[in-house]
Amino acid sequence: MTTSESTLARVGAGVRPIRTRLAMTMAAYGALAVGTCLLAPLIGSTTISLTRVFDRSIPFADNVDAQIFFIARMPRVLAGAVVGATLASAGVVLQALLRNPLATPFTLGVSAGAALGAILVISFGGAMALGPFSPVPLASLGGAFVAGAIVYALATRPGRAMSTSILLLAGVTLNAFFSALILFVQYMADFTDAYRTLRWMMGDLDVGSFGPIVGALPLVAIAFLMFAALPSSLNLLSVGSDTAATRGVDVGRTQRVAFVSAALATSAAVSLAGPIGFVGIVVPHLVRLMTGVDHRIVLPASALFGASFLVACDLVARTILAPVEVPVGVVTAMLGGPFFLWLLIRKG
Amino acid sequence: MALTAEHVSFEYDTRDEAARAFSLHDVSVPVQRGSLTGLLGPNGCGKTTLLRLMAGVLRPRQGSIALNGRPLGGISRRELARHVAVVPQETHPAFDYSVLEMALMGRHPHLGTFQLEGPRDIAIAQESLAATGTAHLAHRPYMTLSGGEKQRVVIAGALAQLPDVLLLDEPTASLDLAYQLEVAALLSRLNRERGVTMVLATHDLNLAASLCDSLVLLRSGRVLAQGPTRDVLTGTLIQQLYDVEADVRFHEGAGHLTVVPIRRAP
Repeated sequence: MTTSESTLARVGAGVRPIRTRLAMTMAAYGALAVGTCLLAPLIGSTTISLTRVFDRSIPFADNVDAQIFFIARMPRVLAGAVVGATLASAGVVLQALLRNPLATPFTLGVSAGAALGAILVISFGGAMALGPFSPVPLASLGGAFVAGAIVYALATRPGRAMSTSILLLAGVTLNAFFSALILFVQYMADFTDAYRTLRWMMGDLDVGSFGPIVGALPLVAIAFLMFAALPSSLNLLSVGSDTAATRGVDVGRTQRVAFVSAALATSAAVSLAGPIGFVGIVVPHLVRLMTGVDHRIVLPASALFGASFLVACDLVARTILAPVEVPVGVVTAMLGGPFFLWLLIRKG
Repeated sequence: MALTAEHVSFEYDTRDEAARAFSLHDVSVPVQRGSLTGLLGPNGCGKTTLLRLMAGVLRPRQGSIALNGRPLGGISRRELARHVAVVPQETHPAFDYSVLEMALMGRHPHLGTFQLEGPRDIAIAQESLAATGTAHLAHRPYMTLSGGEKQRVVIAGALAQLPDVLLLDEPTASLDLAYQLEVAALLSRLNRERGVTMVLATHDLNLAASLCDSLVLLRSGRVLAQGPTRDVLTGTLIQQLYDVEADVRFHEGAGHLTVVPIRRAP
């Protein structure tokens, strides 16, 4: 017993309580996110200064720096932060739900549904408009919901745990099927519309004003409230569903909450900015490399790091070939594709 | 705590004929408080199904399973997990948790949804690791451990639940001889010193003979025989159970019955 007690004391010294780790991680990633969001709007075709932006002595109407900062660039930066945080968190949740570290928010088929909805409206919607709302985000949201509902209906069976293998297969199949429909619609569409759909699918954070962000916020907020209840159950679920059940997790309910919240989050993000790839897989993995794999830390840290990551990618997208803008989805893919391969090699 | 299965029947809800094999028919098993019960039987006889029913993961179609007289259906998952813990055959986490994190997950049923573990939980997890001889591995990634170390860490996680009943599904199946003896000694000690009631499904008749005070023999989803180990572990019953002729005799050196399979019965 004496040996085990001395071992205990030695080990005990090295354990930092989760509360401390969580606080430190949130402070660091929070500072990074705030810093990125303040820095990014300063850089662009016109360089502006942060002190001038917040100079109270100049009225806003005469403060060109403040106008560029808040009106021209901030909506885009905030859109990047919201979409980045949302996609990264949805990635974390789905990777745990599917027990597959290589799953992405788009694995569910939700993004392909969103794309189909958007493309149908772009190609055939004509001048359709619903009051102040642009029809494209609404159509993509509708497409995402339809896709999510199909996958959900296939994978749930009354009174039992979700089948994660059906979830995965249904998502992959739906992705392929919707992609085929998208190609067909594009083929039938005229040249301008085909270009617009292509551009939509590359992802674009240039939302123009705060309006679309505010429009997406209720869905994002619901998704994040649901995320908040998940982390410790996700830890156990990723160890095994029987293990989770015998440790007190309501497996069926956790799976449903995880699916619905991730699908809502992904739908909101895609309807706001199009399907921006790789954020949902690159960010969670980078965060895990830095913080360990405990979901109670990984999930909030990924939200904050996802915001910083996508804002930084978008900064690259709009400055690297200035005055030409590279679609942000191309930048994330250029970074994310090789990274994904590196992960596969590392796993193998 | 006593865990009692009464007239339990279960069938998997599937068109797959193969899964039918794992069904149970009118199984009654009283597990006495503080006992160490072995569950024996050929592949597909329903051992794992019975354990999953006893753990509350599956619900019986007919009959009932009760913990100290309370049907499992009326006990919440969280509360049940504070009394009954399970050690599965193998555990493959999807992410690279540390050994301490794996053990700390055993504290889940004792914490609220938004509650983070405190010093007491960490102390319990560390003590559980110490009890299974894995305290020195606390900061190693679980996936880098050997099979025996992994199984002991999983047992530590179950112990961190502070359970009254421990259900084990072939806990020594993937272990070499030395680790088998080590895990067996660990289980025997936990049963003796902490009074943990245990139910152990196994194919290892000698392990069952050395550890268990009573045995349940399952064949094709029905109880073939049950009772004290010395009464149930006989050549005749083993032949009925596995269609194998076996020599059963008391081993002076080991201090328990031993089983030597001779040949398949014609």
